[in-house]
Amino acid sequence: MELLDNLLLGLTAAMTLQNLWWCLVGCFLGTAIGVLPGLGPTATIAMLLPATFGLPPLAALIMLAGIFYGAQYGGSTTAILVNLPGETSSVVTALDGYQMARQGKAGRALAIAAIASLFAGTVCTLMIALFAPPLAELALRFGPAEYFSLMVLGLVASIVLANGSILHALGMIVFGLLLGLVGTDVNSGAQRYSFDMPELSDGINFVIVAMGVFGIGEIIANLEHQGSRETLAAKVTGLFPTREDFRRMIAPTLRGTALGSFLGILPGGGATLASFGAYALEKKVSKNRHEFGKGAVEGVAAPESANNAGAQMSFIPMLTLGIPSNPVMALMIGAMIIQGIQPGPSVITEQPTLFWGLIASMWVGNLMLLILNLPLIGIWVKMISVPYHLLFPMILVFCVIGVFSLSNSTFDIYLMVVFGALGYIFKKLDAEPAPMLLGYILGPMMEEYLRRALLIAKGDPTVLVTRPISATMLVIAALLLALVFLPSFSSTREEAFKES
Amino acid sequence: METVVKGPKDFWTGLIYVMVGIAALWFGSEYPMGTAGRMGPGYFPKVLAVILLLLGIASLVRSFLVEGPPVSGLAFTPLLLVLGACALFGFIIPRLGLAAGLVVLCVMSAAASDQFRFDPKIALGLVGLIIVCGLVFVKGLGVPIPLLGTWLEPTLGPIFPWLR
Repeated sequence: MELLDNLLLGLTAAMTLQNLWWCLVGCFLGTAIGVLPGLGPTATIAMLLPATFGLPPLAALIMLAGIFYGAQYGGSTTAILVNLPGETSSVVTALDGYQMARQGKAGRALAIAAIASLFAGTVCTLMIALFAPPLAELALRFGPAEYFSLMVLGLVASIVLANGSILHALGMIVFGLLLGLVGTDVNSGAQRYSFDMPELSDGINFVIVAMGVFGIGEIIANLEHQGSRETLAAKVTGLFPTREDFRRMIAPTLRGTALGSFLGILPGGGATLASFGAYALEKKVSKNRHEFGKGAVEGVAAPESANNAGAQMSFIPMLTLGIPSNPVMALMIGAMIIQGIQPGPSVITEQPTLFWGLIASMWVGNLMLLILNLPLIGIWVKMISVPYHLLFPMILVFCVIGVFSLSNSTFDIYLMVVFGALGYIFKKLDAEPAPMLLGYILGPMMEEYLRRALLIAKGDPTVLVTRPISATMLVIAALLLALVFLPSFSSTREEAFKES
Repeated sequence: METVVKGPKDFWTGLIYVMVGIAALWFGSEYPMGTAGRMGPGYFPKVLAVILLLLGIASLVRSFLVEGPPVSGLAFTPLLLVLGACALFGFIIPRLGLAAGLVVLCVMSAAASDQFRFDPKIALGLVGLIIVCGLVFVKGLGVPIPLLGTWLEPTLGPIFPWLR
């Protein structure tokens, strides 16, 4: 069995004492920062990214993945305990989870969320191990034209399946693509948009963009709505779900995992749509639908499993194609590039230990979360109860020191300030910044692939539509965009995100 | 203006896109275009800038046609305090060192909160935070943030050599 061999290779790589340790550190730090109200996984990862730069590649990626799961789980904890979802994908968890907490079942809600997540994580780890290699093999046959079209498709899909105005999201993508071009052009060596500043000649570090837009911008927006914050965390007692709870969570967890993994594998799909979709599905099919919104076990298990499945499956396009389907994956790609790994289909053949080690570590990380989080819940509750007015200056401290440490330059801090202002303004205008980060990461790659595709085709742009795979992907992208403008689809799309 | 612009969010977003698009064309005007077969450094940026410009115009047009929610006013106090605190931190650390930078960063940004008040316990916490940051980031992880800075170094350096 090749699959078993591969997983074994991965497990031996991931189970070294050193890697286990970094996985643990990642899960711990990720949860610790992730539970802080008002900080989503993107901001959490951006804040903790500089800490991984000194590690060897596999350890760094394992730690990052750990941070990611931790941040996700931490977000759900906050959603359940204080009804403050740190990210859109745990919004629906808050609906029933918080109600359970108010009824004194906080511990059970947390355990249900953790178990549902672990189940989804286990299934998805296997699915990634199964599907990633053939997909990577297929992708190895892609030429530059196919790659360019694939990136177009990925970017379009990421906005069609997300919330908000399509027009603004398209603009954000293009804006991000432009930002990605700042610095030295790899082909001609020419300086672009660097305004003779040596600090800009290597481009803008993606951590600065992410931290400014998702960290600083978010803090300012939070400060605007202060006062309405409820920081009273529910008391956590009784961590063990009853037999009845277990019975009730089985079917929703299975359905949630299935839906989440399906949506997650689509380029651009992901955790948010998955959790909203799973909640809506359970509300339709569950026997206990009258309990939804009043603390239903199904209302926690389904979105949590879907959320985790979707999040984990988004590793597939990232690992096999080098395409990020959400800002978190964009950060992972950025981290890989910093580690000297060119993300794409060749990773699996050229660096099998890294590839399989990362996959195995996903499962290890999920398990670790369960072991780590339930006993440590007391610490997390304490962290949640730190009042925001004491918390955010500390978050700022970590942001500025983290950004400074990137290249030991105060210029980067000023740059982060600029992106913080931008992030806040975009938030005010309902222009989601996530597509900007995707475009930013893909910008230089798209230019390179387009350049190569047109060079081979001697400047004939029809190469993008005459090659069948490339044409198919462009057609799908166009159809997706067209779908959005159909009235019936756009109303369903709005509905899907308007569960509460 | 409120009478003409129906969707202020569309209007302002469109305006930003148009401005960025024009700026990208303006500053990119010198970069050689090359040909489609041999793209110069100016090719891709110009294509993107034009697309962004068109999207911006589309958004502007829509703002005159489609009703949309108003933009709530910018919260200038937190905006300026938080951003200013971060920028000042960047300005201070090479000159006055980490401790001064952290004090300014924390106090100034905290002032953005309506819960802000002087509290000896919290002040003590700030001192603790400075010590932890100094130990963990500077001494432990080796982030080269000056502990004293160029302005304090000549006077305080000889007295506290371990801070250098």
